[in-house]
Amino acid sequence: MSTVELEAQEREALRKQIEKAIAEHEVILFMKGTPEAPACGFSARTVAILQALGKPFAAVDVLVDPRIRQELSAISNWPTIPQLFVRGELIGGCDITTELFESGELAKILGVEGPQQQPQEPPSGLTQIENRLS
Amino acid sequence: MPTPQEIKERIEAALPGSKVEVEDFTGGGDHFRATVESPAFVGKSVLEQHRMVYAIFEEEIGGPIHALSLKTKAPAG
Repeated sequence: MSTVELEAQEREALRKQIEKAIAEHEVILFMKGTPEAPACGFSARTVAILQALGKPFAAVDVLVDPRIRQELSAISNWPTIPQLFVRGELIGGCDITTELFESGELAKILGVEGPQQQPQEPPSGLTQIENRLS
Repeated sequence: MPTPQEIKERIEAALPGSKVEVEDFTGGGDHFRATVESPAFVGKSVLEQHRMVYAIFEEEIGGPIHALSLKTKAPAG
């Protein structure tokens, strides 16, 4: 098999993996870095919002392989990272996620109560948030 | 690298009749914040509105334009 064909096969396999991950996880965030150690401010903010709502989520670090970002953008028709998917649909990047969080929409989309705490950056790495009365 | 003024003009050219403000929010020349109000956004989801603006810049997003933060809306009323 030629290198070109091999490369195309690998991309196809990667694309299928990405599509599968989006389909299999209720909430999945494609980001730079990890929730414990985000590599960019926009990714950090999106993680902080999800953690403030106490909703567990899957995370994919796109920095691991530049092809992840390319295949993801081809699937979602969205050029930037982070990208938040809920139940298989693109919700948006950091800007949209922040707006939806502030309006209370994101909590509804995720099926949770309002924020259990204010978003904290850098994120604490916890995905379970205790209920606090303030 | 584009200036805020150039970015503003390109959005206005692509979306006639829109009100556009663009600022460089780190002072480093590659992180921009744009607010766009356009009749072209009527009836479109926020996601679609952002896609329309990103489409104007295509390959430059992530390159010369490292970050383009967006606030978009259709005109009120």
